[in-house]
Amino acid sequence: MGNNMPVAVAEQTDAMQEYVIEMLHITKEFPGIRANDDITLQLRRGEIHALLGENGAGKSTLMSVLFGLYQPEAGEIRKDGRTVQIRNPNDATALNIGMVHQHFKLIEVYTVLDNIILGAEDTKFGFLSKKKARRKVQELSERYGLKVDLDAKIEDITVGMQQRVEILKMLYRDNDILIFDEPTAVLTPQEIDELMKIMKGLAAEGKSILFITHKLAEILAVADRCTVLRKGKGIGTVNIADTNAQELSRMMVGRDVQLVVEKTPAQPGEVVLEVDNLHVRSKLYHRDAVKGVNFSVRAGEIVCIAGIDGNGQTELIHGLTGLEKISRGRVTLQGTNITGASIRKRSKAGMSHIPEDRHKHGLILDNTLEQNMVLQRYYEERFQKCGFIRFDAVREYAESLIEQYDVRSGQGPVTITRSMSGGNQQKAIIAREIDRDLPLIVAVQPTRGLDVGAIEYIHGQLVKQRDAGKAVLLVSLELDEVMNLSDRILVMYEGEIVGELDPKQTTVEELGLYMAGAKRQGKEAEA
Amino acid sequence: MSSNGNKFDFAGAMKTVLAACGKALGWTWRKICGAKAVQASLISILIGMVAGSIIIFFSGLSSETLGIKAAWEGIQLVFAGLFSTGRDSAGTLTFGFNPQLMGNMLFRAMPLIMTGLSVALSQKTGLFNIGAPGQYLMGTAATLLIALYLPTGTGEALQNVAGEWITHGDTVSAAVYGAVNTPLVFPAWLVWTLALLGGMLAGALWGAIPGMLKAWLNINEVLACIMTNWIAANLVTWVFDVSALKNAVENTKMGYIYKTTFNGVQTSKLGLDQLLPGSQVSGGIMIAIIFAIVVYILLNRTTFGYELKACGSNRFAARYAGIQDKRSIIVSMAMAGALAGAGAALYYLAGNTEFYWETSQSLPAVGFNGIPVALLAANHPIGVIFAGLFMSMLEICGQKLKDLTAFNEYITDVIIAAIVYLSAFSMLIRMLLNRKSKKEGLK
Repeated sequence: MGNNMPVAVAEQTDAMQEYVIEMLHITKEFPGIRANDDITLQLRRGEIHALLGENGAGKSTLMSVLFGLYQPEAGEIRKDGRTVQIRNPNDATALNIGMVHQHFKLIEVYTVLDNIILGAEDTKFGFLSKKKARRKVQELSERYGLKVDLDAKIEDITVGMQQRVEILKMLYRDNDILIFDEPTAVLTPQEIDELMKIMKGLAAEGKSILFITHKLAEILAVADRCTVLRKGKGIGTVNIADTNAQELSRMMVGRDVQLVVEKTPAQPGEVVLEVDNLHVRSKLYHRDAVKGVNFSVRAGEIVCIAGIDGNGQTELIHGLTGLEKISRGRVTLQGTNITGASIRKRSKAGMSHIPEDRHKHGLILDNTLEQNMVLQRYYEERFQKCGFIRFDAVREYAESLIEQYDVRSGQGPVTITRSMSGGNQQKAIIAREIDRDLPLIVAVQPTRGLDVGAIEYIHGQLVKQRDAGKAVLLVSLELDEVMNLSDRILVMYEGEIVGELDPKQTTVEELGLYMAGAKRQGKEAEA
Repeated sequence: MSSNGNKFDFAGAMKTVLAACGKALGWTWRKICGAKAVQASLISILIGMVAGSIIIFFSGLSSETLGIKAAWEGIQLVFAGLFSTGRDSAGTLTFGFNPQLMGNMLFRAMPLIMTGLSVALSQKTGLFNIGAPGQYLMGTAATLLIALYLPTGTGEALQNVAGEWITHGDTVSAAVYGAVNTPLVFPAWLVWTLALLGGMLAGALWGAIPGMLKAWLNINEVLACIMTNWIAANLVTWVFDVSALKNAVENTKMGYIYKTTFNGVQTSKLGLDQLLPGSQVSGGIMIAIIFAIVVYILLNRTTFGYELKACGSNRFAARYAGIQDKRSIIVSMAMAGALAGAGAALYYLAGNTEFYWETSQSLPAVGFNGIPVALLAANHPIGVIFAGLFMSMLEICGQKLKDLTAFNEYITDVIIAAIVYLSAFSMLIRMLLNRKSKKEGLK
């Protein structure tokens, strides 16, 4: 399949200095798997170079090699044409390579400012002097529109803001080579646009950017060139000007991918979930994060709650699913009042929940895959007898889920979930929650940080569930997903639902106005 | 070898049973020996013992009374003190199977295994139970009160105790005395069972207190445990101070409580005393091993254990899955307390040990030693059996060192300290072992 694809291996030996970083013929093996197999990646000065590949294609491994976290078995790394040894992250830092990791490397109990300056602190007579640092960070955050609350603790701020802190950390260190590992996964459309502008600005100033992403639209919008990896092999490097989304996705997945969700019009049935004047307290501030929300979800429809991160969606879902207490209001699931019910009761009443934070809530990372597969139903008759776990039944069930939902892992059911790729971790959660076959599915950012193949799969699954008569409540920050997948859109702004839109009759621009609070429907009388 | 066996067929039968047990344990041992955790622990032990030997060697050399020969003898005893049979007429150390030492090792291992299980269980749920000494003391008090106050009618000391109650004259004792005067007596086995359960219950209560503080008020369990330890120490001193159980008959030593045998209550020997004559061994060691197996099954085979471990590994995910994380924390601490309490009950119900009741100034070391036992066993309940046996073997070695050479027994404390220190590093050792065969997943 590869012969019609542009190949950029071993080209231009005379123009070495035009490349700021070259990774030549990198091979990195792990027991049982060759994560990087003879991969070559050349980054030009001042370019935005995208690195595209599915989960498990070897992108993170390649970046870890560049960052000195792993030593490759073969291949060499050159900086400005000179061969360099990168033995540890300190070497990488000395070469002015900075990285925003996919999973943030932040200290939860430190403030934003402390996290940014950590490891690069200014001191005066051995004492921390934060004044200068604060000014510099403020300046950077204003210049690049990366809004952060410098004195908030990391544990109290949203995932979106944490991402911004990571980016600021790198900017604060004046790095030349900036690696962005899935930077847009958690940003709002407006923030993504802003980030794209920042990235272009940085590139124009001569900084070189490596941009790891699954999102083809972003690559097409911002990148100059793109290197595609598939299953540990380098498929090729293409100029973005000469390619399109279909070709890129074909290179990445190895087959044609359905980029638009195909679905028939919804056939909504009876009301499954009814939310009445719901109030949930904010964890961070002394006010309600959710202020009197009313909506209902019917069987056979996908209702999407859209909004910019931090407008009360998380609290709303926590209130609905029982992770947080509701301060006021009423939640009814299939006619049963579950307002104050325990999580287990809600689950038994018919609610399955694909959580926002798969590492914190969705999985017990140090447990095996099979143990995670039964996390929500280990107590059922099927999996236990007089309190004793039926291991054979668990194994069998896990194997069937792995097979049916194509969850890939090193050792099958006994794989420790921590070692699995993000996409497969999410697939495991989706498999677990969908297979419970409950009337309501609450899915919070189910495709966050996943590649097109996995997104296509998860969207397909959700539509299938809808068609099977399930009520699906989706929370998404991604406009494409909102527009493509939902049958009804509820826009949340500052804890209230400010508009109910029909995706077929609205535009992305209009949705954006609602999300930004510039427009609202006159629904206050109800609230 | 051991006892002749021609007198008792029973002893012979026990021997085959023990051999079978040994085989099963050996199989388990081999099965887990391949595990990195076990290797790490073994390396810790080895380094600890080598460190102890080096200290013996140098202190031997630097002392006028000792010298190199004594140092060599000391090292031999550190490694093989369990098999010491004293000195022959020529004054050289002799080694062989010593049933008394073997039995004493089993006896001393019993409470260590229980407190080790207590710490290991709490660790599996993500909690650090440093409250085992307090739970152990509470278990001791409850066990002794039940075992000595409930009349069995067979105890020779009963009359003496009853006599004391009259002169003591407080209302509670008078009420019990009333009960004594009635023909109501309890069978000894029932008192034994009640005493064990009472000890477990008292320990459970003492463990549940830090558990509740942790679950409901988010107070660090280590702080709460340290405080409950000292509350227990003083409470127990007070309880026995006002009780009539102070040993007035065998008052060779001051400040001791009657042995439970004074009331005719003691753990069945199960023939172990025939097998290992002259030792303190009792059936309690079997009960401790059964406890370990039960804890293992509970943690690894049941939904209950699944819930506890889920809370320990990721409290948020457990809550998300509808597991009541707060209840799990309390239950886990209560169970840990019950295990420590059971350790105390088994130790004193053996009937050959007196309890020194003025504990207000000190906490029982066996409670704290549960921590290194659990550490050495990497919190594996079956591993705890071996770790407990090993630690009690070291104690025996220390005693032999003191008895047979000019060294004092504190050298074993040095070895234990070194091993404990190294077990704390066992994570590091495990990491080094893992480095070669590191399995890295792809992101």
